[in-house]
Amino acid sequence: MNEISQQLVNGLALGSVYALIAIGYTMVYGVLRFINFAHGDVFMLGSFAGFYLAPQIAKWFPLPSWGGWVAVMAATMIICAIIGIVIELLAYRPLRNRPKLTVLITAIGVSLLIQYTCQHQAFFGASQKAFPPLLPSGNFSLGGLSFNTTQFVVLGVTLVLLAALTFIVKKTRIGMAMRAVSHNSAAASLMGISNSFIISFTFGLGSALAGAGGILYGMTYTGIEPLMGVSVGLKAFVAAVLGGIGNLPGAALGGLLLGIVETYAGGMSGVSTYRDGIAFAILILILIFKPTGLLGSKQIEKV
Amino acid sequence: MSRILKDPRLLLLIAIVAAVITGLGADQMNLYYRGVIIDIGIAIILAVSLNLINGHTGQFSLGHAGFMSVGAYVSAMITLAAQKSMGADALAWMFLPALLVGGLVAALAGLLVGIPSLRLRGDYLAIVTLGFGEIIRVIFQNVEAAGGASGLSGIPRMTGLTWTFILAAIAVYVVGCLVNSTYGRGFIAVHDDEVAASSMGLNPTRYKVTAFVIGAFFAGIAGGLFAHHKTTINPQVFDFMKSFEVVVMVILGGMGRTGGVILAAIILTLAPEFLRAVAEYRMIIYALLIIFLMIARPQGLFHFGRKRKPLTH
Repeated sequence: MNEISQQLVNGLALGSVYALIAIGYTMVYGVLRFINFAHGDVFMLGSFAGFYLAPQIAKWFPLPSWGGWVAVMAATMIICAIIGIVIELLAYRPLRNRPKLTVLITAIGVSLLIQYTCQHQAFFGASQKAFPPLLPSGNFSLGGLSFNTTQFVVLGVTLVLLAALTFIVKKTRIGMAMRAVSHNSAAASLMGISNSFIISFTFGLGSALAGAGGILYGMTYTGIEPLMGVSVGLKAFVAAVLGGIGNLPGAALGGLLLGIVETYAGGMSGVSTYRDGIAFAILILILIFKPTGLLGSKQIEKV
Repeated sequence: MSRILKDPRLLLLIAIVAAVITGLGADQMNLYYRGVIIDIGIAIILAVSLNLINGHTGQFSLGHAGFMSVGAYVSAMITLAAQKSMGADALAWMFLPALLVGGLVAALAGLLVGIPSLRLRGDYLAIVTLGFGEIIRVIFQNVEAAGGASGLSGIPRMTGLTWTFILAAIAVYVVGCLVNSTYGRGFIAVHDDEVAASSMGLNPTRYKVTAFVIGAFFAGIAGGLFAHHKTTINPQVFDFMKSFEVVVMVILGGMGRTGGVILAAIILTLAPEFLRAVAEYRMIIYALLIIFLMIARPQGLFHFGRKRKPLTH
């Protein structure tokens, strides 16, 4: 029993990271109707931003400490937001109004460009790096489950960020504009909403969350490398589809579910070696039986 | 393509005769050059077959290496088994049947991927095919009979110039004739506008699945040739990057342009051989090329002159 509930904690921690990335996919899909393949690589850049920032920030805040951790998180999220906005500006904006396939191929190109540039010796190098500890270690239990500080923080940060995001989307003017663009971009622009600004903002917001996911991933798994965005990014995309693409709570739910399923499967003998295939099997099943996802609504093709 | 040579059957005949003649001289050829030329032939089969799916039919598959790996593994397992139970003479007769079975099993895999894809388009399909490629890889990694993560080795070296180019010619011929036939206009109709095609009484799903099955068949053949050319295969060979290389060939050549795609396959196979000095930048260059092409020349680098010929004859 104890092991099963402990796996749940591990699964929730992994699922939180998936959820943070999945939200970025879903938001971009909401406003632009395309899959931003490079999103997983923004997550990877977030991890590396934390890796390189930590020694700099340690000059002002001793690390590991709570203050230093907040500084690293905030700086990384800002850096990732800027990266996301720049990617959209350079690669996707010139392709606005082009066939979706063109944008998709470009996104794959951007993703590979980031991966292979970062793998080069002049940048991060291909080898795995050890993520520095940002928080004082410790263990405590809550309701019979024992957490270490990192797991607790991962879950807490994810919930706080989700709440903040929900607030932005539902309660602020810019959130209303985002929903308007997502609903009907042409009508939104007739109402005086700048589509370009909203798209930039969406990319910034989604990329900041991916950056936060990168830090949390680094804190949980400690090993980071330039290609880690590929599989984590794809699985987060699966999570977004599982929850219903374009649907924010769906993305969070899908992420958590996928994290839990993968963690349990990884712990089972006989299934564990197939672990990396599970997400894709779920994807194919969900697309066959419920292509709108768990919380998504049906879209009708208009001619 | 059909404008250059009026009769495709003549083209096929010329290509086969050329392949046989080249094959006769292959023994005198430098092993390195022969290897590179075989690589080109395999790349042509892969690119032309993916072009049917991604170019003519307008779908977007990122799992071509998955189909290729099915053909490679199945045919290699057949010849390895035959090598054990039969002599070297009998083995020579097993090569083509092994390739064919590999292709057919790959086609079956194409059918399995094609059927769920009927509900999907564009970006979803890309992810599903990518996921399918990964699933195949994970399966081969875990199957004992396929050698697990270390793969298969000691596969008899049976891929020669002759068969590679005869099969390449057949692939080009079949795809070319199919697309230019009355039936094949359906692929282009699905490519241009799925909703319009289905309201004209075409069944887009059938065309998509057909494209997947035929494309996968030739990818499987190419995989079989690849396995018997390199003599060792493992799941890592057929990863996403392999699929992406073929996608780059199709995009560079111009999606749906057979001639351009063949040219791109030749150039992209030769380029790494000539550009050893910048080998470490190869993927960065590919990525930049793709982004640049999509923004500036989405019709492909080798696409000149007028558009596809009109539907009326």
